[in-house]
Amino acid sequence: MASALIVKNGYVFDPLNEINGEIKDVFIKDGKIVAGLSDAEMKDAKVVDATGKTVMPGGVDSHTHIAGSKVNSGRLMRPEDHYKYNKAKTDITHSGSGETTKTVYLEGYEYAQMGYTTAFEAAVPPMKARHTHEEMRSIPMLDMGGYLVLGNNWFMMRYLKEGDMEKAAAYIAWMMKAHKTYGIKCVNPAGVENWGWGENISSLDEANIHFEVTPREMIKGLCELNEELGIPMPMHLHANNLGHPGCYETTLESLAIPSKIKAKQDIGVDWAETKIDPSRDKSVYLTHMQFNAFAGTSWRDFESGVKPLADYINKNEHVVIDSGSVPFGEATCMTGDGPSIHDVAVLTGGKWSNCDVDLECGSGVCPFTYLKSNPVHSVQWAMGLECLLLIDNPWQAIMTTDSPNGGPFTKYPLIMTWLMSESFREQTFNECHKWANDRSELGGVDREMSLYDLAILTRANPAKTIGMVHRKGSLGVGADGDVTVYDIDPTKLDVNNHEDLIRKFGSVAYTIKDGEIAVKDGEVVSIPTQRTFYSDISVDDAAEKDMLADVKEWFKYYSIGFNHYPTPDKYLTNPTAVTVNTRHMYR
Amino acid sequence: MAEVILTLNKEIDLKVEADVITPDEFAGKGNAEIKQLLVWQGPTQFPLSDFFDVEGDGGNSAEDTSIVINGDTSRVKLIGAKMTAGKITVKGSTGMHVGSEMAGGEIVVEGDADSWPGMEMTGGVLHIKGNAGDHVGSAYRGSWHGMKGGRLMVDGNARSQIGGGMEGGEIIIGGSIENFCGLHQTGGLIVVKGDAIRAVGAEMSGGTIVVGGHILKFTPGMQADGEESNLEFGDVACDGTFKKFVGDYAIAKKPKGILYAGKETNPDL
Repeated sequence: MASALIVKNGYVFDPLNEINGEIKDVFIKDGKIVAGLSDAEMKDAKVVDATGKTVMPGGVDSHTHIAGSKVNSGRLMRPEDHYKYNKAKTDITHSGSGETTKTVYLEGYEYAQMGYTTAFEAAVPPMKARHTHEEMRSIPMLDMGGYLVLGNNWFMMRYLKEGDMEKAAAYIAWMMKAHKTYGIKCVNPAGVENWGWGENISSLDEANIHFEVTPREMIKGLCELNEELGIPMPMHLHANNLGHPGCYETTLESLAIPSKIKAKQDIGVDWAETKIDPSRDKSVYLTHMQFNAFAGTSWRDFESGVKPLADYINKNEHVVIDSGSVPFGEATCMTGDGPSIHDVAVLTGGKWSNCDVDLECGSGVCPFTYLKSNPVHSVQWAMGLECLLLIDNPWQAIMTTDSPNGGPFTKYPLIMTWLMSESFREQTFNECHKWANDRSELGGVDREMSLYDLAILTRANPAKTIGMVHRKGSLGVGADGDVTVYDIDPTKLDVNNHEDLIRKFGSVAYTIKDGEIAVKDGEVVSIPTQRTFYSDISVDDAAEKDMLADVKEWFKYYSIGFNHYPTPDKYLTNPTAVTVNTRHMYR
Repeated sequence: MAEVILTLNKEIDLKVEADVITPDEFAGKGNAEIKQLLVWQGPTQFPLSDFFDVEGDGGNSAEDTSIVINGDTSRVKLIGAKMTAGKITVKGSTGMHVGSEMAGGEIVVEGDADSWPGMEMTGGVLHIKGNAGDHVGSAYRGSWHGMKGGRLMVDGNARSQIGGGMEGGEIIIGGSIENFCGLHQTGGLIVVKGDAIRAVGAEMSGGTIVVGGHILKFTPGMQADGEESNLEFGDVACDGTFKKFVGDYAIAKKPKGILYAGKETNPDL
């Protein structure tokens, strides 16, 4: 890693530096992007010839499910997902299996083979953090982090109901440190708690059982606390009513809740050089928008509700979304939203699993196959693309499949090709149920995304959204030496050659991580070490002490002892703290 | 038709996974190339010739290739897996997953077969002249999509979960079976000439099962629907009088699964 590397002569797409396809060299020294190399360094530098190829910063996935107990439940309950999808070991890689619920090694390799170097696990139940980190420790090559599930946490609900914002802030700060997690995830706020009694919540002003707190109060409180503490990313919201026809209206209302809250990211980092302001300006990050955008009143009159949501987002700058697109085929639904998974399982008549996590949250897992012949699935495919194509500003959108909920991340190349090629969308319309066209706006969309747009959706914006631009998402000086080289010549780009594009997005010419060539011509050639990012949030000692007294008092309801609750450093590979709430530190 | 003769040349300890033994793989290959095809034993690959003497060359196409296997291959798995055409004759007994996922052609096993013969097969004919193990024509663990087409015959006995998740095709068992025959079946035909122990047709919502012999413990979600005699399903005939049942009402409101049980052999029903 100490050596230097030059990515020479490629067409560079680096949206955070407003570089759109210029032929440039990228220099990396000691794992970081540098402006240039000395003559002596040039002589010893490794050269990657990118002539006639597309160069982008390493891919960043800000929403995936690759580690933790629900992923493991998926693996355990889906032997059939592994039997027919497996890869043999090579001299440097482990064997692995699983199309949608991959073994840990395969997750790292397959992300790297697509040019991704960073992936964030989007739901870490606090009590399962240790398990999550144990898995992340074994996922090779990727830099990672996790979002802590807090939307149905007993302490959160209690403090927000009581209006005790000081203790609530201290609780979040302590929890992030204790569980080595990075941001706040809020899943079906107040509703999952009701699921413990076989109930759910259907409107934002319905109070839940015992805590008598409403989804609106939880969303507002968590968004405010998020900004008060200056957490790197906006609150990551999985809205109520998800997966039910008509849920888009709840989503619209939910997005309006934090509209007056100003983003105040406050992190102590050395920013990489970028032309565009690297700090975040969004106060809510809506996750898997497709699943939150169902319209109609039943499966019979089901239709896409993406348009009204996209219209709102186009007029309101405080929102950023990830799409949760559906590429058809096998998927495994897994979420902290237990009641929504139960509804899926009733619908499919198949197997499912459910989990209640003590005082914190719950989860469910259910295998799912998206069929082109199925009317609802076909609309969902169209909706997943609408989420990205109807939102005008790509800086408000992020491409995901909510892997593996909409489909495994290995199908990103398909989504990228659909976004770039109207003729590919047309082809799929002809192959799938006519509802896709009749009940969405996608058929009337002629927008074809450029490589620059895709670089925003898959690198620059995910990095900016989650506050990682100090290291990820750009090729600015000081950023991590993570580079993707696609074997695509932008001057000869033919978006009608779908197969070719899919292949080239799926199997990159080079993935470079920390200045080390990890993948060459789609093959893993070295295994750079991973690291785990977490937020180290500073708060008053006194507030922390009062809050901890409450936590210890209620710990009698936990199934584990208090001393076993936090995750020690040794569970992480290269634990990398991001200092948060510097205003407090220097006060 | 070109014939390739494989003769087992050693006693096998760790089981060998030989999914390359198919007319599709052998077609277009000469003797030397066939010998070099790789099979797995544990975590290592070895050439086929480490385990078999190989005589003859493959034909021009799979249709044009016939494979004859001599010796006791009961520790060789996956013979004929995914084959689409041609013929395989196994002179002795064979291991797990013979004809697994086969789509066409013919396999004849003159001895016994272990578990999973014809797993998720979609076409062709698999004929086992001896006994078979569990999961005959069944879905893989965790899946409810079993056999979809083709014909699977076992002249002797078979064990449990025959036709699990079966969606189409035919399974004909000459002897007796054990538990959960036609579990979660949605289509296709299973004929068992001998006896069954219990849970025949449990969770079935479509397809047909015929049991000529005695069913020891009957599935509770089945409802009686009269009697029928001398059943015919295409070229498959089941002589005699049968009690007819529809089910499984334990899993569906309007199930279309049909179970026939021999009248004489099941006086207790």
